[in-house]
Amino acid sequence: MSERIVELSAADLAAKLASGDVSSVDAVNAHFEQIDATEGQAVDSADPHKGTDGLNAFLHRNREEALQVAQDVDQARANGEQLHELAGVPIAVKDLIVTKGQPTTAASRMLEGWMSPYDGTVTKKLRAAKMPILGKTNLDEFAMGSSTEHSAYGPTRNPWDLNRIPGGSGGGSAAAVSAFQAPLALGTDTGGSIRQPAAVTGTVGVKPTYGSVSRYGVIAMASSLDQVGPCSRTVLDSALLHEVVAGHDPQDSTSLNDPVGSFAAAARQGAEDGGLKGLRVGVVKQLTGDGFQTGVQQRFNEAVELLQSAGAEVVEVETPNFEYALGAYYLIMSSEVSSNLAKYDGVRFGLRVVPEGNPTIERVMGASRAAGFGDEVKRRIILGTYALSAGYYDAYYGSAQQVRTLVQRDFNAAFEKVDVLISPTAPTTAFKIGGVDESADPMQMYLNDIATIPTNLAGIPAISLPGGLAPEDGLPVGIQFMAPAREDARVYRAGAGLERLLNEKWGGPVWSSRGDVATTVRDFAAGAALGGK
Amino acid sequence: MSEDVLSFEEAMERFDPVLGFEVHVELNTNTKMFDAAPNTFGDEPNTNITPVSLGLPGVLPVVNGKAVESAIKLGLALNCSIAEKCHFARKNYFYPDTPKNFQTSQYDEPIAFDGQLELELEDGTPFTIEIERAHMEEDAGKLTHVGGATGRIQGAAYSLVDYNRSGVPLIEIVTKPIVGAGSRAPELARVYVAAIREIVKNLGISDARMERGNVRCDANVSLMPKGTTEFGTRSETKNVNSLRAVERAVRFEIQRHAAVLSAGEKIVQETRHWHEDTRSTTSGRPKSDADDYRYFPEPDLVPVVTTEAWIEELRAQLPEPPAQRRKRLKAEWGYSDEEFRDVVNAGVMDEIEQTIATGASPAVARKWWMGEIARLAKQAEVEIVDLPVTPAHVVEVNALIDEGKINDKLAKKVIGFVVEGEGSPSEIVEARGLAVVSDDGALTAAVDDAMAQMPDVVEKIKGGKVQAVGALIGPVMKATRGQADAGRVRQIILEKLGVQG
Repeated sequence: MSERIVELSAADLAAKLASGDVSSVDAVNAHFEQIDATEGQAVDSADPHKGTDGLNAFLHRNREEALQVAQDVDQARANGEQLHELAGVPIAVKDLIVTKGQPTTAASRMLEGWMSPYDGTVTKKLRAAKMPILGKTNLDEFAMGSSTEHSAYGPTRNPWDLNRIPGGSGGGSAAAVSAFQAPLALGTDTGGSIRQPAAVTGTVGVKPTYGSVSRYGVIAMASSLDQVGPCSRTVLDSALLHEVVAGHDPQDSTSLNDPVGSFAAAARQGAEDGGLKGLRVGVVKQLTGDGFQTGVQQRFNEAVELLQSAGAEVVEVETPNFEYALGAYYLIMSSEVSSNLAKYDGVRFGLRVVPEGNPTIERVMGASRAAGFGDEVKRRIILGTYALSAGYYDAYYGSAQQVRTLVQRDFNAAFEKVDVLISPTAPTTAFKIGGVDESADPMQMYLNDIATIPTNLAGIPAISLPGGLAPEDGLPVGIQFMAPAREDARVYRAGAGLERLLNEKWGGPVWSSRGDVATTVRDFAAGAALGGK
Repeated sequence: MSEDVLSFEEAMERFDPVLGFEVHVELNTNTKMFDAAPNTFGDEPNTNITPVSLGLPGVLPVVNGKAVESAIKLGLALNCSIAEKCHFARKNYFYPDTPKNFQTSQYDEPIAFDGQLELELEDGTPFTIEIERAHMEEDAGKLTHVGGATGRIQGAAYSLVDYNRSGVPLIEIVTKPIVGAGSRAPELARVYVAAIREIVKNLGISDARMERGNVRCDANVSLMPKGTTEFGTRSETKNVNSLRAVERAVRFEIQRHAAVLSAGEKIVQETRHWHEDTRSTTSGRPKSDADDYRYFPEPDLVPVVTTEAWIEELRAQLPEPPAQRRKRLKAEWGYSDEEFRDVVNAGVMDEIEQTIATGASPAVARKWWMGEIARLAKQAEVEIVDLPVTPAHVVEVNALIDEGKINDKLAKKVIGFVVEGEGSPSEIVEARGLAVVSDDGALTAAVDDAMAQMPDVVEKIKGGKVQAVGALIGPVMKATRGQADAGRVRQIILEKLGVQG
């Protein structure tokens, strides 16, 4: 019974909660059973920084509060109260989003043990919808990375292969959803941190239009690029969650003033017979071919053919300036990072290291930052500080902003011809933990985001959904749809349409061919205990 | 480096001063610049704060619309152009009074720019100050250094931070270089800062109390040898917090620069600290144009966009400019230059205006405010406006005189009792029985007594020396303890003696 509950989509679980077939308490308990069975044990009980011998998707489990919320929902339902559609459906939250009553660490030593005195706007919205929060998920430190290896609390493992990365930065949220630890999760996407993990874990992830979801209470990485979005196993579920968290927030000046779109309706429409008929789809020439793994390219091509067969009009579009997008992204992102992370100085909150000798404020700040930040965070702070320096500003930050404008123009031109754009989400399937030697070549890691970054630069919405498994390694491949700003509904329509075609083709969701994750974790832990890998 | 000074006169013989001012004005908005925390002075440390004031992880700024309106009004009052669209920028530097370790400010796009301000020096000489820009920013928290002898960071055991002030809205007004003031540069400095203070107070956008740091001046001074036009190296004297100090600091810096340059040495470009006790400045930190604050546009805020209609609406709300108002009032009241200057310097222009508006003549208003009330203020060592006397009180006292209920001498006493908080003039007259004696019966008896005691005087009056009547009025006043109406006494005497007055 419980195994079946955790495999339900959020929409199906919501229906069973509404009909009384399942209680919210049962749902929360079932998910915690799965979490307990898959998270693994601490590698070193004295040192939380070494992670676990299992998935290690959660940095904090919020059992008591989640059960309390579930009880309240069950009680309210018994009393016949009108509840939100997703009331009682559990959710995991990326540990970059502040939550009162639970720690928020950003997966950094800098915020170890820090408790936010306030709730982020999206957190408040989850609470208002009475969705039990299962806990806080792992990520690359301050969301900087594409593998979740840069967490200060050990890497998250990919449920498809525990020796592989779950993508990043939101590897924890994606792995949790993939491994049935939660039907839904919130992530944040600055350059692909929701979509690339979705791609490599065989799940769905959406980066909404910039400003669709409030950033208040989301620990900033790069303010002009960050956006909160949903993670799930189905397109409809992401649409439902997007509707919960979207909307104007007077506390976020960059949030849009538009009414929240009908994303779930768009997803349902796309999945209908003929839902893709006449949809104009542009294949982005610059995001195919060289640099993309053979199996990724193959599944992508098959998806495009499926769309055509379902009546979509497919054309190829050129986006010549995408060539410069990655470089521009790393300058803009790191510049904003260097300023946004200045507040972590040991003075008001978080880690404080007082060095020996005369503890002047400069030395305390320096020692705290040296001890609190990991290498990747330091690398980006240094890069950004340099890019903003007098004499370099125009050459780096200034020209990066110009490239940003050119990328936006490429998108504008493309969207004059097509309704949505399509590309593989990531150039490869999940790579091995430790498989990229960043100290030698950080660019190798950065290239993972080549297909996701342009949408962040342009502020437009994009979805990644499972496109099947790569033949050569049996690992999930992600397909990405992109749409013009404020047209988030389009990515749900196109995504749900393709999802249905693929499910029909493969005879079920991508995870139906995967072995039981709890068993895999048990075997893995036993192997690790024997000294194997 | 030499800290000697040259005499001011000698400095002026050799050099021309160039000034520049950065005046920070703290706005009196209800809330902070980017934050819903209250903007109030003097509360318990770290009580007027929110997660935003503390720069906690995840917080975002939101621009205070009222502060933007204040900035536009000030820009208009300084005859500036108002930007159609302007960004905020981040000024990055690590210091614990700035919770985010950057200050949200404006950099290359100030809300107001290219203005000018017409000033009048004390003797009425006009001087125009060119305004480069006025931009919006947020104040830092307040650091208190504990354990050192001087209250400065050097030698302190530890420092405390109060974030109540962190995020308070500021407008920074920057002048273009000011040349041509010559030996009047120190005076001009004071007059300029006084004018800014007066303007922001008049606009109602700041409490404008310098002692609380509502208006803070950084004064830039450099010298160029007489006859040359190339600016010298400047020093920037920080946070000079009274008008008198501004004048003295500029004067001191001119003398110090002159001594350094005359000795053949170079001025170090640096910030200086003003010390009121020694009336001198000391070296702060070296400052160069290359201080790298890594400014970049604030990505958490959208640009401020102004419309013509909005600006015109705000322009229509502007009060009459202080200088214009002074000219108008002086003409309306008919005061001499000197009389009017005294009124302005005493800070009672508003009081006199209200007194006149409530029904007194300009002469009467001036007589009271610059006379007895000023005397009482001086005696109590307070500003006139700090006394509990209102324009209504003055008008009431004057009406009592006109009605003959009290005389001038009594009126002064009444004002004294008003200051002591005994109530309104009528209440005081009533309660203390101070009304003049105008009962003819009582007066006639007193007059008869006086005439009986001084028959020689009576004869003189009868003989035509009417002015001798004063000798009789004195004793009558004495007999009635000053409460007699002197005019009426004179009338009774003359009537009794059958003499025409």
